[in-house]
Amino acid sequence: MSEPLVQDDQPLLVADHLGKNYGRLTACRDVSFALYPGEVLAIVGESGSGKSTLLQLLSAQLAPTGGCVSYRMRDGVLRDLASLGEAERRFLFRTDWGYVHQDPAQGLRMAVSAGANVGERLMAVGWNHYGRIRDTASSWLERVEIDTARIDDAPRAYSGGMRQRLQIARNLVTEPRLAFMDEPTGGLDVSVQARLLDLMRNLVSELGLAAIVVTHDLAVARLLSHRVMVMKGGRVIETGLTDQVLDDPREPYTQLLVSSILPA
Amino acid sequence: MTAMIDITNAEKTFTMHLQGGVELPVVRGVSFQVEPGECVVLSGPSGAGKSSILKMIFGNYRCDGGRIGIRHRGAVIDLATAEPRQVLSVRRSTIGYVSQFLRAVPRVATIDVVAEPLIANGSARAEAREQAGALLRRLNIPERLWALPPSTFSGGEQQRVNIARGFISDLPILLLDEPTASLDAANRAVVVELIGQKKREGVAMVAIVHDDEIRHLIADRIVDVTSFAAAA
Repeated sequence: MSEPLVQDDQPLLVADHLGKNYGRLTACRDVSFALYPGEVLAIVGESGSGKSTLLQLLSAQLAPTGGCVSYRMRDGVLRDLASLGEAERRFLFRTDWGYVHQDPAQGLRMAVSAGANVGERLMAVGWNHYGRIRDTASSWLERVEIDTARIDDAPRAYSGGMRQRLQIARNLVTEPRLAFMDEPTGGLDVSVQARLLDLMRNLVSELGLAAIVVTHDLAVARLLSHRVMVMKGGRVIETGLTDQVLDDPREPYTQLLVSSILPA
Repeated sequence: MTAMIDITNAEKTFTMHLQGGVELPVVRGVSFQVEPGECVVLSGPSGAGKSSILKMIFGNYRCDGGRIGIRHRGAVIDLATAEPRQVLSVRRSTIGYVSQFLRAVPRVATIDVVAEPLIANGSARAEAREQAGALLRRLNIPERLWALPPSTFSGGEQQRVNIARGFISDLPILLLDEPTASLDAANRAVVVELIGQKKREGVAMVAIVHDDEIRHLIADRIVDVTSFAAAA
């Protein structure tokens, strides 16, 4: 995608020789990269390539067995995630980060209203005026193209595409600086996918959001990301500008991935 | 150096791993310069590597050797070795690419597709749309179509939308990949005019055109790509 990149020479997140072993099994090894503000990075690869493990390591949900992840906090200081206390980490999750799950049921509270799902994140950062919370929630529903007449319905009553859009609204309402997305268009129909991608593309560029998107779908990577990392067997085998890697793939495995796309 | 583009000994080889690692040399020893206000046309038969060279200058194809110097924000940057972030920055404020085919963005109105590069560089939406409208009118896209996404348009109309999107910017370098293919005579003349206007504004251009007549009208210099043939 050719969206502008926010020019900022300080990286937001730095992975340094990151690795994870489960006993003798290596899920992910020696991953190093820097993500800059406003930059969208796609991690592509087949299932079992280690991309979801990597996303969990990057978002501090899993402790690495080697290397470290550092994040630039709002005060401008780059800190090792492993050195943060539980309260600080929770604060990051509530405010500065978003995490969009493939299955919206994991990222939403299915039994409470859509408005409450969005408003909850605001209350967690100290908002307490009911009217303002409701107004903000309703304007976010509009932004993700959900009819505000449905604000009091629980996501249980929503379609798959609506649930995913609601999950995105819930994550972005606190204006995080970084969003992690795990196969965000995974379980959706193709027509619903296109709409969601278009919406995410616009939101990411409007908010200047940095994002790390795990996907096995190269079309998603092309539409959303500035840069891709191709993973295989727990390693990053190729990395570069998205259109460069997809139009001029260098590694055998990347060539195979690219040539396996069925023409529409 | 005053040149906007300064290419020295650039080369490109494709290695086809799925075909048993066949090496496909495309070009070697590519060297030429483009000054501000100059339009260089790449010539040579189909398959000689013209589009590959254009894609290398845009950073879309990787360069296996040599140097692609681009004057970007007052300094020279070598695109052959630049970081992805630098390439994106060059594309945002220095190099534009007008391809033959529009990569349609679903759901976005034609007028906004055309105005987007200006808005991305900080212009006000209303002003950008006004300029977009003027260009679309000049390229004979009727106003009743402006609110529709271009994916529903005919091939020639899509190409004109693409040209409008490419020419609306005030980028100092433009790469043109067959900008007049599949256009009728009237619209070809408009494109020739637009290129002339860009030259007067000091824009450096590299173009691929198959039509001899158009080539004579726009080329300040012709670079024969067959001399860069990388015979295996």
